[in-house]
Amino acid sequence: MNLFYLIAAVCFIIGLKRLSHPKTARSGNFIAAIGMLVAIAATLFSSGKLDLELIAIGFIIGGSIGALFATRIQMTEMPQMVAIFNGFGGGASALVASSTFLTPPESNFLIVCISVLIGTLTFSGSFIAFGKLQGFISGKPIVFKGQQFLNALAFSAIIILLSINNLGTLDSQSIFYAVVALSFLLGIGLVVPIGGADMPVVISLLNSYSGIAATATGFLIDNNGLIISGSLVGASGLILTNIMCKGMNRSLVNVIFGAVGLEVASGDGSQKEMNIKSYSTIEVAMILDSAEKIIIVPGYGLAVARAQYIAREVADTLEAKGKKVLYGIHPVAGRMPGHMNVLLAEANVSYDLLKSLDEINPEFEDCDVALVLGANDVVNPAARHDQSSPIYGMPILDVDKSRTVIINKRSMNPGFAGIQNELFGYDNSIMVFGDAKDMLNDLLKEIKEL
Amino acid sequence: MLDPGTINLLTIFILAIFVGNEVISKVPPTLHTPLMSGSNAISGIAVVGAILAIQTEGTLGTYLGLAALIFATINVVGGFLVTDRMLRMFKKK
Repeated sequence: MNLFYLIAAVCFIIGLKRLSHPKTARSGNFIAAIGMLVAIAATLFSSGKLDLELIAIGFIIGGSIGALFATRIQMTEMPQMVAIFNGFGGGASALVASSTFLTPPESNFLIVCISVLIGTLTFSGSFIAFGKLQGFISGKPIVFKGQQFLNALAFSAIIILLSINNLGTLDSQSIFYAVVALSFLLGIGLVVPIGGADMPVVISLLNSYSGIAATATGFLIDNNGLIISGSLVGASGLILTNIMCKGMNRSLVNVIFGAVGLEVASGDGSQKEMNIKSYSTIEVAMILDSAEKIIIVPGYGLAVARAQYIAREVADTLEAKGKKVLYGIHPVAGRMPGHMNVLLAEANVSYDLLKSLDEINPEFEDCDVALVLGANDVVNPAARHDQSSPIYGMPILDVDKSRTVIINKRSMNPGFAGIQNELFGYDNSIMVFGDAKDMLNDLLKEIKEL
Repeated sequence: MLDPGTINLLTIFILAIFVGNEVISKVPPTLHTPLMSGSNAISGIAVVGAILAIQTEGTLGTYLGLAALIFATINVVGGFLVTDRMLRMFKKK
C-alpha cells in the first residue's frame, strides 16, 4: 500500500520539478496526474469493505463538476477558480477528519481538531476570497471596530476548548462542533478585511493552508500519501506567499491585519498639483511608430478589459515594423501569482518575451516607450523615494526611466493602495484614457494606417 | 511521548517539506499560476482519505466521506485539466 503512495509521491515531485520550465511543464502535469491515479487505484483495490457504488457516484459528481470548471473558465477568471479549489481542498480534508472522528474506532481528538480547524478555515476563507474576486462581495477591505478582537476571540476560544477537552469536562462531540463553527467564522473574519490588491497573498496563503490541512489529515489517518502531498502543496503555497509579500514589501502580518486600501478615506488633502498630459491614440501611434524598443507593462486593468489579445496584436504589428517588444511583469500584477503571464500566454505571446521584475528593470534604461496597460501602484516611482508613501520600499517596474511612458487608464482614480501616482505628472509621461480594449483597438487602426 | 509510528510520519513530513521547498523554488514566475492550480490538484490527494471513509455501513461518517470525495475529485479532475489547458498555451515562437 505505502509502496504505491511512494510511487505517487515520486510522480508528484517529478511533476513539480518539470514545472521549472515551460517546455517540460505540460509533461510534468501529466506525470503528476498519473501519480494521483496510482494513489487512487491502490486505495480502491487494497481496502476491504468500501461502498463502491457510493464511491462511483462521488467520482462522477466531482469529476463532472471539476471538468466543467476546468474547461469553461476564462483565463481572466483563473484567480477565482484557484480560490474555490483551495476551498474544496481544505473542505475535503476537514470532511475526512470529521468522518474519521464520527466513525469508530476512536481517533486522536487533538489531530482531528487541528485538521478540522485548518480545513474549515481554508474552506470558508476561500469562498470569501472567491466572492471578492468574482464581485459578489465588495473587493474593498471590509473592516469594523473590534474585528481583530473578534478573530482573536474565536481563535482563543478554539484553544480553550481544546484544553478543556484534556480535562474531560465537556464531551468531545460538542467541542468538535464548536471547533467547526468557530473555524468557519475565523476563516471569514480573516479574509473579509483584505482588499483586492492583496489577493495574490491571500490566495497563495490559502493554497498553502489547503496543503497543510491535507497533511494534518494524513497524520490523523496514518497515511503517507496525504502527508507528502500535503507538505508539497503547503511548501509551494508558502513560497508563493513569501514571493508575493516581497513583491509588495510587506510582511505577512501586515497583509493580514493591515487592510491596505482604506487610506483613501483618511486621505491626505496635501496632494501636489500634477501636470497631466492626455493624448489621443493617433498621437500615441506616432510616438510608437518612431520608437525602436517598446516594453509593455500589463496590470489588472488589462485582465478586467480582457485586452490581452488586442495587446498582442498591437505588439505583433509593431514587431512587423521592426521594433523590439518586451513585456515587463510585476510579481503582484493581477490577482494571483503569474496571472498576467497566463493571460498573455493565452493571447499567444511567446513566453520568452515575458520578463520578470529583475530581468526587465535594466531594460528600461534604453527603452523608447513603456506602454503601461492598467497597472498603477507597481509603476509608482514614489515607492523608490517617498518615505511617507504607503508603498515606499515596494520593488517597482522602473518605467519612468524610459524615454516616454504611455499610461492607459480608465480614469484618474487612484490604484488599490489608494494613492495618486506621481508618475502621471512626470515630464516624460503621457496618459491615454479609456478602456484598455477600446483604446488598443483604436491604436491598432492608427498604427496600421501610418 | 511520541510513539515510533508518529516519529515515522513526522520524518516523512519534514523531509517532504524540504523536497517541496527545493523543487518549488525553481519554478519561474511565468508558471506560478499553473503551479497553484497544479498544487490544487495535488492537494486533492484527500480523495484517498475520502475513499477510505466511505464504508459499507451507511453512517453520518460515510456521508461526510462522500462529500469529501466529491470535493477532492473536483480538485483532482479540475486541477489537472485546467493546468494542462494553461500549460498548452505557453509557447515559444
